Amino acid sequence: MAQAEVSIKPTELQGGHGHPDKWKWYDYFTFNVDHKVIGIQYLVTSFLFYLVGGFMAVLMRTELATPDSDFLSPDLYNAFLTNHGTIMIFLWIVPAAIGGFGNYLIPLMIGARDMAFPKLNAIAFWLNPPAGALLAASFFFGGGAQAGWTSYPPLSEITANLPQTLWCAALVMVGTSSILGSVNFLVTIWKMRVPSMKWDQMPLFCWAMVATSILALFATPVLAAALILLIFDINFGTSFFKPDAGGNVVVYQHLFWFYSHPAVYLMILPIFGIMSEVIPVHARKPIFGYKAIAYSSLTICLVGLFVWVHHMFTSGTAPWMRIFFTISTLIVAVPTGVKIFSWVATLWGGKIRYTTAMLFAVGLLSMFVFGGLSGVTLGAAPFDIHVHDTYYVVGHFHYVLFGGSVFGIYSGIYHWFPKMTGRMLNEPLGKVHFVLTFIGTILTFTPMHSLGMQGMPRRVAMYDPQFADLNQLVTIGSYVLAVSVIPFYINVIWSWMAGKEAGPNPWNAMTMEWTTDSPPMIENWEVLPVLTHGPYEYGMDKADQVGPAGEPVATTRP
Amino acid sequence: MQGAVDSTPVVTGHEVAAHEEHQDLRVLGLITFLCSEFLMFAGFFAVFLVFRGSNAQWPPEETEVELLLPAVNTLILVSSSWVINLGTKAIKANDLAGMRKWFGITAAMGAVFLAGQVYEYMNLGYGLKTNLFSNCFYLTTGFHGAHVFIGLVLILGVLWRSRRANHYSDIAHTGPEMAEIYWHFVDVVWIVLFTLIYLLTLI
Repeated sequence: MAQAEVSIKPTELQGGHGHPDKWKWYDYFTFNVDHKVIGIQYLVTSFLFYLVGGFMAVLMRTELATPDSDFLSPDLYNAFLTNHGTIMIFLWIVPAAIGGFGNYLIPLMIGARDMAFPKLNAIAFWLNPPAGALLAASFFFGGGAQAGWTSYPPLSEITANLPQTLWCAALVMVGTSSILGSVNFLVTIWKMRVPSMKWDQMPLFCWAMVATSILALFATPVLAAALILLIFDINFGTSFFKPDAGGNVVVYQHLFWFYSHPAVYLMILPIFGIMSEVIPVHARKPIFGYKAIAYSSLTICLVGLFVWVHHMFTSGTAPWMRIFFTISTLIVAVPTGVKIFSWVATLWGGKIRYTTAMLFAVGLLSMFVFGGLSGVTLGAAPFDIHVHDTYYVVGHFHYVLFGGSVFGIYSGIYHWFPKMTGRMLNEPLGKVHFVLTFIGTILTFTPMHSLGMQGMPRRVAMYDPQFADLNQLVTIGSYVLAVSVIPFYINVIWSWMAGKEAGPNPWNAMTMEWTTDSPPMIENWEVLPVLTHGPYEYGMDKADQVGPAGEPVATTRP
Repeated sequence: MQGAVDSTPVVTGHEVAAHEEHQDLRVLGLITFLCSEFLMFAGFFAVFLVFRGSNAQWPPEETEVELLLPAVNTLILVSSSWVINLGTKAIKANDLAGMRKWFGITAAMGAVFLAGQVYEYMNLGYGLKTNLFSNCFYLTTGFHGAHVFIGLVLILGVLWRSRRANHYSDIAHTGPEMAEIYWHFVDVVWIVLFTLIYLLTLI
């Protein structure tokens, strides 16, 4: 940081809040307003919650290794299935993909010194740990919420009232966090780009975050409304969702899915953004169909707001609604297909580097196509009614959420870890991690489709002995997945402390975050960069302009 | 020397400080947030409309709504939106006393509205738990009332801060502007709420 001493610190010029040259380790445990610190805070916390949620999954799979209920008590099983879903969605994928990557990367990608509202950003992060604490507390005050992550009434109103209330409160907190974060992302991307960057020169990750933020802004408050009504029903004697007093449980389902279907796009759109960054860098080719990918994110955002009833085909839904929502659901597959084909076309004829980041990206492509196709089958009402509430559904959404979102988060970590820490992750260990994850995913989630087709219901601790063989296969797969995280966590911890120095641009990438140091200095650049080329102009002459002059490049050039 | 944008005086001719002067985006941020907030009320309204549509007698007989007092309250709240606008216009013309006067009147009108709401609650003769209609009625008006209270606190906060010399002026008025926008939001929500819960009972 020799340069920092000679230059005049911008904040000192204002005579106020100066900051040190470099954050110390304990700064990461404070109410810090630097977007990079907040990004790391989101990522590290969410990776811890990932372990908690994964631990619950492994215990559930151990229970399901045999048809009888012999390992967990049924109530505890219910509490685990509820909190596994809740934690994995609200405290793992959402904060990691949106909070973590979004906060860390957006200002760096658009050439801003920080987010538009740094303090609001910190508040948004610090709503997450207490939410996790509330969920943990719910286990000690009544054994945890029992009603599944969907918490449909009347079940959620007649089981475990106090834990259910804590669960609702936790979700309102993470929802608030999500809304505040989205306000920040939208305003930042809209107003804080370097003047030289036009909308169509923005990295596609930023486009994905625009779509994600709009969705979160419009959908999350509706979930908050549903949960507030649920809290009132449970604790204050109202009867919104109590059929015996005139209430209507389907109203809850509508409110819930109005948020929770868009929530699956919240969990996958940022991942699509990560894909659009990782693939061109490691295939050394310009992205195929920049505008198609950018606009398809917005299309998914728009259409995704009008598909929610496909979760409710068996809830006495009127036939015209089934037809409408079947059609709208199938339409969502179109912009998603646009992205898939664009990535494949980007890979086509590229000089592909099989880095771990790229392996996870390509793995995601195959997994997500499979999960997307089973999603299309579920979108068709006649078939959905047949497999509703079976393991087919469980298999489907784990394929898109694990094979999609989690693979994408891994890919992003392998890609941007050098930027975040200044050190490379160990590639051989990364490849071990990838192979284990890939095998584990297929082994765990593929047989579930078959189980569902045979009629095994989801959310049960006991099942018919005829399903035992496939369930044991699934359980073995889940153990492989559990083992797969070990090389990853070892890799991260070891590389963070003693990995190979990365330099500013180890991948020879062209987006703006690679023009500053790794890790970037506190306000990202001494002097803001000027955009001289688009984000994906690989294989063209301009690629040679990337990277600070005189720095050796770590990888082969196109 | 005054900065190019709003509040902070930037003592510099130096190149690197330029980024600190990025446009004041707080107003934009607040509007974005309020779009989201409105959707929460939309959720409550949707629930209300579903129940209205699926019940023959709505509101049920023993839980009729009062109309006169809420109508007066509506007049007060809606006109207060004009009053607060006079306040921000005043500060934009560097008229601090004018702003304090209009904001003070707005705060008083807001307080009267809340008092009226409480008076209405106490004289309706039914409570939150009475039936489905009263559930919706108290929840929705209650949440709106809470937002009016927050708006009132914001206005009082602006008044409190305006005691400091030069805190607000024709080039530094983001605080009053945001309080005004929030107040308009509360007003708009009330207009929808009043139409749905009160006026529709006339049909």
